Amino acid sequence: MADKEMNRTIVCIKPVPDPKHWNKVSMDPDTQTLRREGIPGIINPLDKHALEAALSIRDAHGGEVVLLSMAPPFAAPILREGLAMGADRAILLSDPVFAGSDTLATAHILAAGCRWIGEFDLVLCGNMTIDGSTAQVCSQLAELLDLPNVMHVTGLDRQAGDKMTITQKIEHGHVRLEAKPPIVISVRKELNKPRYTSFTGILAAESKTIDVLSNKELGVDPNHVGLNGSPTKMAGLELREFKRARERVGGSPEEIVQALLEKIHRYGII
Amino acid sequence: MNHKHHNGIWIFAEQRNGDLHEVTLELLGKAKELAGRTGGKVTAIILGHGIKPLAQTLFNYGADSVLVADDAMLDPYRPIPYSIVIEKSVRKYQPEILLMGATFMGVELAPRVAAKLRTGLSAHCIDLKLDQNGKLLQVVPGWGGGVIATIACPDHRPQMATVMPGTMKPLKPEEKEGKIQEIEIDLPATDLGPKVLEVKREKPEELPLEKAEVVVAGGWGIGSPEDWEMIQELAEVLGGAVGATRPPVDEGWAEERQMIGQSGKTVRPKLYIGIAISGVMHHVVGMDQSEHIVTINTDSNAEIFETSDVIVVEDFRKIIPKLIQGIRDRVKR
Ligand SMILES: Cc1cc2nc3c(=O)[nH]c(=O)nc-3n(C[C@H](O)[C@H](O)[C@H](O)COP(=O)(O)OP(=O)(O)OC[C@H]3O[C@@H](n4cnc5c(N)ncnc54)[C@H](O)[C@@H]3O)c2cc1C
Ligand SMILES: Nc1ncnc2c1ncn2[C@@H]1O[C@H](COP(=O)(O)O)[C@@H](O)[C@H]1O
Repeated sequence: MADKEMNRTIVCIKPVPDPKHWNKVSMDPDTQTLRREGIPGIINPLDKHALEAALSIRDAHGGEVVLLSMAPPFAAPILREGLAMGADRAILLSDPVFAGSDTLATAHILAAGCRWIGEFDLVLCGNMTIDGSTAQVCSQLAELLDLPNVMHVTGLDRQAGDKMTITQKIEHGHVRLEAKPPIVISVRKELNKPRYTSFTGILAAESKTIDVLSNKELGVDPNHVGLNGSPTKMAGLELREFKRARERVGGSPEEIVQALLEKIHRYGII
Repeated sequence: MNHKHHNGIWIFAEQRNGDLHEVTLELLGKAKELAGRTGGKVTAIILGHGIKPLAQTLFNYGADSVLVADDAMLDPYRPIPYSIVIEKSVRKYQPEILLMGATFMGVELAPRVAAKLRTGLSAHCIDLKLDQNGKLLQVVPGWGGGVIATIACPDHRPQMATVMPGTMKPLKPEEKEGKIQEIEIDLPATDLGPKVLEVKREKPEELPLEKAEVVVAGGWGIGSPEDWEMIQELAEVLGGAVGATRPPVDEGWAEERQMIGQSGKTVRPKLYIGIAISGVMHHVVGMDQSEHIVTINTDSNAEIFETSDVIVVEDFRKIIPKLIQGIRDRVKR
């Protein structure tokens, strides 16, 4: 399908709250939603591995790397980071009607974004995000684009012509696959080491374009997006409590060991 | 929407090369429990080639009936033909609920099936409940496990979820009979996706972490591969398995399969001993269901102590060698 000369890769990037600041998350008791003010955003860590894979394919075979993200407009600086790493341009899908989208609705929106971009060989995703951690979006995106997909990818070798060999991790082992574009691939961190952003990269990123598209341009069926278009609904949310007895055993090391032996005996282990 | 014609609970029975994945039996256990409240039947759907003999195991662990899709095109597993067969069967028989394991296969396959059916799917559930109307409530951890969300799928069927392996209990197997029904395979002549060149599996470890009665877990504070041996020795004298947080895995002291937590395994042993572990949520969500939790840390404010039954504020190097000796002496007696 895709023009072989073109070799375009789309990389799906999700801005996520920086996990270093997750202890700042609290619950709003009135609205039953999470307060995440003051938590800075970063590119979902695995998406950087997806971007690295795209960049190294481009370095070897030429072509274009396009970032694709569905997020509020404030995510633009985060996309700029991906451009500084070396992506050629970025598309930000942003519309108030997208708010509250679950994974299926997100996949509908990203699929429309891919179609808007036009032809492509590869769509690369992270295997999982660190905030939602669903690991669902990529397979759903592939299904809606009517394309094959492979998850858990730890090896990706794009040969000349229309052939790729892919290594996929499974329980106690791996699978080797032979694939041809177009295809959707989600990557694990073992795949590669994302490059550092250089100063020249940051400067170059300033002049690259970020197209911001609303649903006017995208034209996704409004019944498929946002809170209303999401088949899953949040029925409750709570911060998890982990508290236990925390009985402290003290004294000299010998006394502590004696006390521990008693406990382990009482648990029926020794 | 009227869902009256939707009925019964399905579980996807996952197999590779004729080996059933453990989570299949856990799903059957949970499905049976839920069906006990709705009065519905539990059906296992299994895909592959030459896999009909596995149906007996599925009956023994709680399936009332088994749908078998047996075809050379379904071996080895590939997401496109699998999702087509499951979608068609679901449309035909209209189950109320469809559960899969959050395994490497399930995580890839379930979203394709859900997208085909345009229904909701929740990921990596750690619990499943029914509300007073018999609707499925799916309990999922988010934000590294520190937040627990309950998800529902009110208007679409089937209600779909992937379930975290190790979080649900299989039933005690009993010799039972059930109904086997074969699914007609009618795959399109179109491209069915990447070709599998090779499936390579190493021999699984002797005692899987999830099955050990005692788990001795070490963290970054162990400090060196030499001291890591202390952890292994303690596990050995207790007849248990060694677990780890992420840093020891990154350092190469422990293997990836030993990692406990959000991106690793969930364990619920009789006794968990955590040594030089700070107790970040990412780790705690994988061990907090243990029956007894004993932890050792030099920092009296370590977060792990919150989740501990017994706490020791001390350098592990002063405790563990003596503890190993003490256990050896007792076992000899
Ligand atoms: C998306 C994501 C997913 C993750 N998933 C996981 C996961 O599944 N599992 C996981 O474990 N981690 C996971 N992590 C990493 C996690 O955030 C923490 O970095 C990790 O769990 C910390 O490990 P630790 O407690 O061993 O190390 P540290 O936090 O460095 O703690 C070391 C502890 O050792 C104590 N100590 C030091 N010396 C001694 C001594 N001599 N005697 C006794 N105590 C001593 C210290 O007081 C300290 O409390 C994940 C991170 C991210 C971002
Ligand atoms: N809003 C989004 N915008 C762009 N890509 C996304 C978005 N949500 C998810 N993805 C992609 O899908 C992958 C898996 O996400 P998830 O299913 O949410 O765990 C991510 O690593 C991204 O590559």
